[in-house]
Amino acid sequence: MTTLTFEDFAPGRFGSFGPRHVTREEILAFAAEFDPQPMHLDEAAASRSMLKGLSGSGWHLCSLMMRMLCDGFVGRTASLGSPGVNEVRWLAPLRPDDELTLDVDVMEARVSRSRPDTGIVTFRSTARNAAGQALCEMISPMIISRQARAATEMP
Amino acid sequence: MRFFEDMEVGQRREVGSFTFTAEAIKKFAVQFDPQRFHLDEEEGRKSLFGGLAASGWHVGSVCMSLLVADAQRQMREATARGEKIAVWGPSPGFRDLRWLKPVMAGDTISFVSEVVSKRLSESRPGWGILEGRHTGTNQRGELVYSLLATAFVPRRG
Repeated sequence: MTTLTFEDFAPGRFGSFGPRHVTREEILAFAAEFDPQPMHLDEAAASRSMLKGLSGSGWHLCSLMMRMLCDGFVGRTASLGSPGVNEVRWLAPLRPDDELTLDVDVMEARVSRSRPDTGIVTFRSTARNAAGQALCEMISPMIISRQARAATEMP
Repeated sequence: MRFFEDMEVGQRREVGSFTFTAEAIKKFAVQFDPQRFHLDEEEGRKSLFGGLAASGWHVGSVCMSLLVADAQRQMREATARGEKIAVWGPSPGFRDLRWLKPVMAGDTISFVSEVVSKRLSESRPGWGILEGRHTGTNQRGELVYSLLATAFVPRRG
């Protein structure tokens, strides 16, 4: 499979990925380990919360989005990692049995000043449920090798 | 948990620390971030990280788990004192998340939470909006993680 390099990322729609089915068991397991708030663990408490029903942790949703990015294209991209996330907006709750899709846009692609053999690509990733409702929007940069560097590194 | 009125800008809490073992790093990465430098020591050595590095989402999720544990500890203490408990609302999001240095296998990260700003919610009467900076520092005193989080906090009464 061809490895994607910086040159493959131009501003505009990059692709849509998924669907990824999310089970109740996964939501409970993530919450138990990383975010054991009643609204993510307990049906009765969740129904009384602002989110009105059991919902997945926002960190679970972000981690699932990362996995969808990996399966979608990061796994075959000459990625060198990410310095951070500009913004995450949790717009609607993740529910048991949601079918997630991920729309990915390239917002900006520029050559790195400090490492000119790499580029910085800023993505906007939007996770949606089966009804098309946006659950989370994430704006995040990724460091990606340029073609010349990738050619010397990749077998 | 405390109410909106009890929170003051500049308040700072040490929320706890966590040691990222190679086993924990790989377990998270297999599920959520299966990039080679999060899965394998040798691949990590060949990468910009220079060794097996934790997924940034693992670092953020661990920080969340410590924040929740700290909040639940505060709630138990307040209950024991017979005080009224504030139940915080969900978070609308965060910004300026920085993975400043890689978190490597064996690193112990200590997390701190500091109140940065507070204001009343215009859309939800009875609630305030609190902004807090969460940071993580490794055993060498190097800042590795920083994030500006937003939360809905109930007002008294």
